[in-house]
Amino acid sequence: MSMTTAIVFWLLAWGVNMQLARSGWHDHRLVRIFVPVLFGISLLVLWEAAVASFGVSPVILPPPSAIGARFLAETATLWEDFVQTVLKGALSGYVIGASAAFLTAIAIDRSRFLTAGLLPIGNFVAALPIVGIAPILVSWFGFDWQSKAAVVVVMVFFPILVNTVQGLAEAGAMQRDLMRTYAAGYWQTLLKLRLPAAMPFLFNGLKIATTLALIGAIVAEYFGSPTKGMGFRISTGVGSLSIDLVWAEIAVAALTGSAVYGLVALIEKRVTFWHPSQRTK
Amino acid sequence: MMARLFPVLTVLVALVALWYAAVAPMNIRQSLDLAERGGATVVPEGARMRSETSVWLLMARNPSEIARGYSLDRPRLPTPVQVGQELWKTTGAMAMRGRAFSKRSLIFHGWITLQSTLYGFALGTTVGILGAVAIVYSRTMEMSVMPWAIISQTVPIVALAPMIIVLSSQIGVEGRALPKAIISAYLCFFPVLVGMVKGLRSPTREQLDLLHTYNAGGVASFLKLRLPSSVPYLFTSLKIGIAAALVGTIVGELPTGAISGLGARILIGDQFGTPLAIWSALFAAAILAGALVTLLGWLQGLAMRRMGVRA
Repeated sequence: MSMTTAIVFWLLAWGVNMQLARSGWHDHRLVRIFVPVLFGISLLVLWEAAVASFGVSPVILPPPSAIGARFLAETATLWEDFVQTVLKGALSGYVIGASAAFLTAIAIDRSRFLTAGLLPIGNFVAALPIVGIAPILVSWFGFDWQSKAAVVVVMVFFPILVNTVQGLAEAGAMQRDLMRTYAAGYWQTLLKLRLPAAMPFLFNGLKIATTLALIGAIVAEYFGSPTKGMGFRISTGVGSLSIDLVWAEIAVAALTGSAVYGLVALIEKRVTFWHPSQRTK
Repeated sequence: MMARLFPVLTVLVALVALWYAAVAPMNIRQSLDLAERGGATVVPEGARMRSETSVWLLMARNPSEIARGYSLDRPRLPTPVQVGQELWKTTGAMAMRGRAFSKRSLIFHGWITLQSTLYGFALGTTVGILGAVAIVYSRTMEMSVMPWAIISQTVPIVALAPMIIVLSSQIGVEGRALPKAIISAYLCFFPVLVGMVKGLRSPTREQLDLLHTYNAGGVASFLKLRLPSSVPYLFTSLKIGIAAALVGTIVGELPTGAISGLGARILIGDQFGTPLAIWSALFAAAILAGALVTLLGWLQGLAMRRMGVRA
């Protein structure tokens, strides 16, 4: 496919998208999905044509079709890496870190002093490049997935902690007074009023943490891992020039990141359906 | 001020105390190995026997060797004082000898990291602001690009980092400054984009209508209304953006065999087994992040006062 054809295709796609965006259906659900998908496809077509027509060596930048073919040919390897990095490293770390942060938030929320002391620190730590501790934790916990899970625990802890503590402060004085007039105790107020009110904040933290968990698990593998895992495959693939396999791993990482984020967003929609940001117009 | 600072300081002191307490069990095995090699009798003898004993039992049986764990050369967990000393040795002490920019000084490596961070920050902020303007004025842009901007942030950029570096070196870009800046721009543009879209849309219907009655055109209403009202949003996102840009630079330095920059210090410290180098680079990165965010917060206050907003 020549570059001209690809550019014409891209312009056509953009034109279709413009027509759709201006038409009366622009708020329809299918259109909302179709427009970005068409845009993405037109970018892939540009990529494919650019690689072909400029004669870019596949060692530098393989065309999307080659990456797709490699993806299909190597599903067994990709699956093994997925299990090692995502299911063992990232997921277990995410679950441990999120539960630890949630319980810590509830514990320190009982003391105004602790909240005032920990919140600024947590906010500060959440902005730090925590990935840097990966080599330390790999040397403490060994090369296997446990060290990756440890990195993920540390990375997801602070964003979730800060968001949950802020969320627990969200229920207003009037609402708390109402609970008191019902003679509700601490736990009843927590379960029936404050935790539900904190959910939008908690989910915000959980969404931020999904990406951080994947980053942590992959970076930690650059510092030592068994001979499997996405980070391992990427760092060795770059060295051994099997670039299309690296891109296939990147595709897996991208799909996983988007899918997990989407899943958390979907759960959020179900749980916080009452929140103004989730109501349909 | 004091009322806000006191709880923070208390928690900090508690954290440092916890850290000190953790040093003993973390380092006891190594201290016992060293003591045994030095001719002392430790219980039980032999590293293999000890690896099957819990650290608490080891500490209980060899109380005299616990102190050694606080002054090891290559500790598993250094003490805060050791990290502080290493930090001073590689920054202040070298600056005083006039060698602030020697290759062994963290000021030099911090400067490299800061440069890339600022390039990436400038690039990311520009892309974010231009993208936001395009999204606010074109529905086609909003519908096609916004979903991809969100998806781009769910992609673990570290997976791409080695690729970006390989690609740019193949294309013939010298050095690592550009690929590192691209990675940090990638992490930094999104908060700016989202904040600016919100900010540019923050004028109310009435305000826009008022400008309409003044016969203001599109450019004038952008410059006189939308842009000024987006400034508070912009600064809030810039603070998130600069922290993200620093994370991006360090991630760009970590997995790729870079030789200068704070991330490279961490990598080299790992390869040569010098934990103190890793810890001091980590703290230098934290200090840099804090300084950058504080600086932007100060700029925000200045800009807001200039625009007549009372704090």
